[in-house]
Amino acid sequence: MSDAKGLSRQQMCDRLAMEFQDGWVVNLGLGIPTLCSNCAFGDREIIFHSENGVIGYGPLAKPGDEDLHLTNAGGQYVTLQPGAAIVHHADSFAMIRGGRIDVTVLGAYEVAENGDFANWKMAGQKGGGIGGAMDLAVGAKNVFLAMEQLTRDGKPRLVERCAIPVTARGVVKLVITNLGLFQITKDGFLLREIAPGVALDQIKAQTGGKLTVANPLPTVRLT
Amino acid sequence: MKSKIFASCAEAVRDIPDGSVIAFGGFSAIGAPANLLKALAEQGAKNLTCVLNSPRNSPNLPAAAPDIGILCERGQVKKVICAFTAPTRLSQTMTFAKYYEQGLVEAELVPQGTLAERLRAAGAGIPAFYTPTAVGTELAVGRETRHFNGREYLLELALPVDYAFVRAHRADAFGNLQFHGSQRNFNPVMATAARTVIAEVEEEILPRGKMDPNQVHTTGLFVQRMVRIPPPPEGYWPIPPKRADE
Repeated sequence: MSDAKGLSRQQMCDRLAMEFQDGWVVNLGLGIPTLCSNCAFGDREIIFHSENGVIGYGPLAKPGDEDLHLTNAGGQYVTLQPGAAIVHHADSFAMIRGGRIDVTVLGAYEVAENGDFANWKMAGQKGGGIGGAMDLAVGAKNVFLAMEQLTRDGKPRLVERCAIPVTARGVVKLVITNLGLFQITKDGFLLREIAPGVALDQIKAQTGGKLTVANPLPTVRLT
Repeated sequence: MKSKIFASCAEAVRDIPDGSVIAFGGFSAIGAPANLLKALAEQGAKNLTCVLNSPRNSPNLPAAAPDIGILCERGQVKKVICAFTAPTRLSQTMTFAKYYEQGLVEAELVPQGTLAERLRAAGAGIPAFYTPTAVGTELAVGRETRHFNGREYLLELALPVDYAFVRAHRADAFGNLQFHGSQRNFNPVMATAARTVIAEVEEEILPRGKMDPNQVHTTGLFVQRMVRIPPPPEGYWPIPPKRADE
């Protein structure tokens, strides 16, 4: 049986975004996490914080309507929601380290069963790209990761111990991959929800580190 | 008082000596002092230490917006202190990285919030501080940490600079600056950390008294030199990255 692809990246972010609570301040990392700003939040108000000091940005600006002086940290031209504010970088990171961010959603190369994760330096690379990730990882009240289950060459990204330099230790709470939703517990990865059409055996084969499975095991909620 | 307004970026950077430590504001091309950067490349000061968020200007480099790769290409850079020394995607390139990987330019990689706070501390007269950021990582190896209230923190030193190059939207002749949108980013923080601040200004510089004091983001106390710049050329602004689901 060939492996199922599982969730799309937008579906992954839609599921994570269901965890955001009304009034939460949310910071999104580069790549897959940026898709969390497209999600429907219903009557929950979500305040997006960006490292470059934009507090309360809204949907991406429509082509032609961009303010060329206004992007989020991912370089996307954004709009501002009523109540938005602009601050400088030191204030922006005071909010991060000072515990004002309810959740950061980051991408990662690897996450370990103890909540360590690595997202700034690829194997064998000289230097790396830290950006705001190390500050967010220790400052945000919750660290969620959005990542593919496997690397491009087919190795698990959920591992026993990170093999590449970590961004922070023991901070990750929740991980969404294309195959399912995992919670970090003292017993390692707990598979809480499984993507539609994916077999549990595939997840077992494609997860390094200790895996436990919720019983019953629901499929990933999509609405 | 001597006028702070200079006729050109070339004049504003003319006396910058070899070996200077220079901070460059900006987050991607937004708020980046591209005109001063080009003038510095032409001026030719060498052995520079450059402090900035990223040696690469944008996720998708706009052709008309230079990054400090142009200083590396001219052999002007000794060291870069920044939050990125490699592109964030394999598909991207970074001129600086070529020089770094060959050992021609040194780099000190610093988490972005630590970089901002080291500059802020320098400007505020605070020599060092402890932060939880980077504890337990490769960056903390061999460095001083200390526990406060049961949590481990890493000692970081203030980062004073000789010059800060900043870009502002509006200014008055006293040097008071206003930024627009996310152009603010590192600019006000770097301005406090520098002995000499040079601002490139997008709008016509106002006479003293014509800027509302309540709307000043950086006081002219910090600013020594200003240059009015022309509108950016076609292709200056960053091209947003492809969406992650494309």
